[in-house]
Formats: sequence, structure tokens, C-alpha cells
Amino acid sequence: MADPMKIRAKMDGDKVDVRILMAHEMETGQRKDTQGKVIPAWFIQNVSATCNGRTVLSAEWGPAVAKNPFLAFKFTGAKPGDKIVVTWTDNHGDKRTDEATIATA
Amino acid sequence: MNSSRRDMLRGSAVLGLAMAAGLLKPGSAWAEWNKAAFDTKTLPDAVKALGGASPAESNLISITSPDIAENGAVVPFTIESKLPKTENVAILIEKNPNILAANFSIPDGTQPWVNTRVKMGQTSNVIALVKADGKFYYASKEVKVTLGGCGG
Repeated sequence: MADPMKIRAKMDGDKVDVRILMAHEMETGQRKDTQGKVIPAWFIQNVSATCNGRTVLSAEWGPAVAKNPFLAFKFTGAKPGDKIVVTWTDNHGDKRTDEATIATA
Repeated sequence: MNSSRRDMLRGSAVLGLAMAAGLLKPGSAWAEWNKAAFDTKTLPDAVKALGGASPAESNLISITSPDIAENGAVVPFTIESKLPKTENVAILIEKNPNILAANFSIPDGTQPWVNTRVKMGQTSNVIALVKADGKFYYASKEVKVTLGGCGG
């Protein structure tokens, strides 16, 4: 099981400012190990964030997203205390879901 | 007897059979990942795989990033679109092995603004591709890389 994500969500005026740091290797499938064998690709493919059951962001990623991916976005229509739930799925089918509570500014 | 439980069992038996027959690849159920788009190498191909054609250059899209990235393994990008009804924001790196790096769908109520970090193999044009109101627009910017982030 992968390590937990770090999620910070806080109000910025009427918007919610969300910052997510995920722990993932994001192996591209382009690199070779010391024996010259290709290291197989291992990366996050799908990310989705929901707030109060409403999807606020979904993303499809390729292996070009950097290791331990960082993602920030902003959305409206939530208040402090609401929960934001973030899920990712990688190309091995591994999944991780974490949540955070929206803080006041 | 609980009928919904019966249906559930029957359903999973059918699914199991379909999987065994190779009709459904395991894994295809959990991710609606657009493999065709991530396999493309050029902007027109990527746009086509994302369901559009002939993107127009737009000055309403802004790309914020360093002009020179010292480490290609971690290049931060902020993409902002001022186009009305922005539905999708994608980051494309022209000289990476596969051009498409990430594709974000922006639902109503979410700002057309994303910030993330990507890998760049070498100095390249970076393209922000935006789908707004059913049409595709793009903006590009050259980012110089002093140390590549693909391969080792």
C-alpha cells in the first residue's frame, strides 16, 4: 500500500485552494537499470477529487508527471469544514484515497 | 431469499466468464484511461485522440513556468485559461517520448487553473491545450532544460 497523500485545502475568498502531494514512484518505463533492463512503467493514471459528492477535478496522467506528484487547483461552492476526498489509481491497479477538511483562510 | 444478492451473484458469474473468455481485460474496469491519447507523439495526433481537430492558438491561455529548468525531472507548471466554458486542460511536452503529459477535466465550479510538476527529457516547447465550449485552443512556451528527466 502506498504512503498517504498530503492534502491541504483552505478557503481563499469564495474559492477553495487545494494542494495535494502524492507519494508515488512515477516510473516512466524509459529508464534502464544497471543490467540494462528496462524498468517497467509504474505511474498514476487517474486522479479524482470530490467534495460533498461532487467531482471537482478529474485527471488522466501519463508517465511524464514528476515523481511524488504535486497538484494544485481551485474550486468554488464549498465552505470550511467540508471534506475533500482525493483518489488516485495507478497502472498496477493500486489505489489510494485520502481526505482532508477545508480550513478557513 | 434476498433477490438482489442472487442477481449480484449471477452478475459476477457472468463477469467472471467474460473475463475468462478474454472479453474483458482485468484492469479495464477501474480506469477509463485514454491510452490512445497518451501514445501520441505530435500535437495534431494528440488533439485527434482527445476527440478534436485543428486547435487554434489563443492568447487567453497562460503558461507559467521557469524559462530554464535546471532539473528536467521536476518542472513546475501553472496553466490558466481565460477562455469561457473551459472543460479540459492538458499539458503537452513536444520533445518527450510521448507528447501528452497530463489531461485535467475541469467541471463547473472549478477554476480553469492547475498547477503540477512534470518531467522533461530535453529543452522543448511546452503546449497547454485547452478545450473550451467544444473547441480546442493552445498556447506554447519554450522551456530550456539543462539536465534531462527521462532516462538516466
